[in-house]
Amino acid sequence: MTAASREPIISVEGLTMAFGDFVVQKDLTFTVRRGDIFVIMGGSGCGKSTLLRHLIGLQAPAAGKVYYGTQSLWDAETEARLAILRRTGILYQSGALFTSMTLAENVALPLQLYTKLTPAEIGDIVSTKLALVGLAGYEDFFPSAISGGMVKRAGLARAMALDPEILFFDEPSAGLDPITSKRLDDLIIQLRDDLGATIVMVTHELPSIFAIADNSVFLDNVKRTATAGGDPREMIHNTRDPVVREFLTREGTFHENTPAPATALSPSAGAV
Amino acid sequence: MIGQRPALADLTKRIDAIPSVHRLTFDTESLGRWDSAFLTFVLGLVRYARNGQKEVDLAGLPAGVSGLIDLATAVAPHEEAAARVVRPSFVRIFGQACLDLARGTGRLMAFVGEAALSLGRLATGRARFRRSDLWLFIQQAGVDALPIVSLLSLLQGLTMAFLGAAQLKMFGAQVYVANLIGLSMAAEVGAVMTAIIMAGRTGAAYAAQIGTMQVNQEIDALKTMGLEPMDFLVLPRMLALILMMPLLYLYANLLGMLGGGLIAVTVLGMTGDQFANQLFHAVPLSVFVTGLIKSGVFGVLVALSGCMQGVNCGRSAAAVGDATTSAVVTAIVAIIIADGVFGVVAPPFSIQ
Ligand SMILES: Nc1ncnc2c1ncn2[C@@H]1O[C@H](COP(=O)(O)OP(=O)(O)OP(=O)(O)O)[C@@H](O)[C@H]1O
Ligand SMILES: [Mg+2]
Repeated sequence: MTAASREPIISVEGLTMAFGDFVVQKDLTFTVRRGDIFVIMGGSGCGKSTLLRHLIGLQAPAAGKVYYGTQSLWDAETEARLAILRRTGILYQSGALFTSMTLAENVALPLQLYTKLTPAEIGDIVSTKLALVGLAGYEDFFPSAISGGMVKRAGLARAMALDPEILFFDEPSAGLDPITSKRLDDLIIQLRDDLGATIVMVTHELPSIFAIADNSVFLDNVKRTATAGGDPREMIHNTRDPVVREFLTREGTFHENTPAPATALSPSAGAV
Repeated sequence: MIGQRPALADLTKRIDAIPSVHRLTFDTESLGRWDSAFLTFVLGLVRYARNGQKEVDLAGLPAGVSGLIDLATAVAPHEEAAARVVRPSFVRIFGQACLDLARGTGRLMAFVGEAALSLGRLATGRARFRRSDLWLFIQQAGVDALPIVSLLSLLQGLTMAFLGAAQLKMFGAQVYVANLIGLSMAAEVGAVMTAIIMAGRTGAAYAAQIGTMQVNQEIDALKTMGLEPMDFLVLPRMLALILMMPLLYLYANLLGMLGGGLIAVTVLGMTGDQFANQLFHAVPLSVFVTGLIKSGVFGVLVALSGCMQGVNCGRSAAAVGDATTSAVVTAIVAIIIADGVFGVVAPPFSIQ
């Protein structure tokens, strides 16, 4: 199945994000299709986390629309918006685990809220989810008693609790060692392939970006808008923007190991 | 400029005075070790020169310095950020304060309204929170508060009885010390004192707990899970205080009267029976009923001000501190005002 033939699951049109008078990014337009691993890239402070907050209903746009399918997130009634959000799972940049609950209680909470499973069944699912992120045996730990990377992984387990259609990850691999980070990439691909999830993530990890992303948007820190998008493996060869090139190659020049484009020099597949 | 490094402002003034200067070079032959102060000085000079369209030649600087200068000037200073922090004038500060007050009042109203809606959802069984949280808060606001409430009300009873006894003795009316203690504890001191203790103890804790959750994005996580922070966080805390404050009020009365009795027996030579008898005649039941209602209301006020400051908390450690402070201040002000209202609307006894 080619990228373009899959149905759009999230469409962003002319989105402008602002804090008061301070415009973070303007005129963002892109489409995430079902089954994509979509990456939001850009320098520190360019508004990636803010964009994520707009996509998950935490911050209202200054202008523009966010569509889930054909439904506009910010024009929907509260009930409808919650129904949309129920299809999503979110990993926050800081993990955002509930610090007054154990890891197991954290992961169990969405299950208790939205399923009719018995406590025993929930317990089993929670253990499975924690095992998937390499935290088997940590059920009864409190977030304050585990490391930063472990908090991230527990947050991931909580995001996956309800097997959501769309997963949002804010820098899932920041603070993880290379091996765990590679395992996380594998897990993300598996979530997509086996559960049919769509994944939208913010990441700076070039190896991850090239290994798993199949669509992307690049937010420029200075121009304050999206300057590139599409499959990063093609983007690196197609882009004329020096900032994008510098970001993707780390210093603006090609390396020997720069990945070859998936399809040589075709116009980028995803709408930007 | 051998020897002393001139102040940056002096130097730029001297350069400004000579309009023919178009290019700055550095001679650091005799420079030994250099530190961050030197780097800061050079950086200031470079920024000044580039703003004034003068050329700067970094070649004369030690390699380390010119490298660091390149690094520091690679990213232009954040324009909007600089524009966002201008020193405001007095008029502006005053205007801002008025706007903040109006906005704060609006937020308060909205919060009280939302809390009422949340109670409505509780009544119709649609409010979602963890029962285990409720029990925990009940324990924290109940049993855990007993030691401090015991200490303060016992001492309060002792002190009031002792001071009162000295006065009453002059009229030979020692027996009325029971009336004094009974009425003042039941009508006023019991409710207000427990409320103020709880504002400092529990209201502050609520603000800090919820504020930290705000900082840690936990509130965002709740919202995106479809949980109403009002139901999940505020409601159990409010219920715990509504339930526990009246009980604490009764308990404080008991201990306060016990303290009064101790003085009556030891200092005034009354018997325990006499004191108890006098007490029962002195305090009508209706005073307790008003007191119970009043302390329930105080419970709501303490919980609401704590939770409101927490929910509206900014995203920093300082903001959590501010939230805690204002939670206690708001709660105490609200308690005193409400107490005044109760005194007018439902006076515990009338003066003929
Ligand atoms: N609450 C806020 N009020 C005002 N400005 C904010 C607020 N939160 C973020 N900003 C500004 O918005 C911009 C984008 O912030 P954001 O957190 O989205 O960056 P980011 O791209 O996620 O960065 P990073 O990669 O470091 O996480 C920053 O310039 C920041 O100063
Ligand atoms: Mg971020």
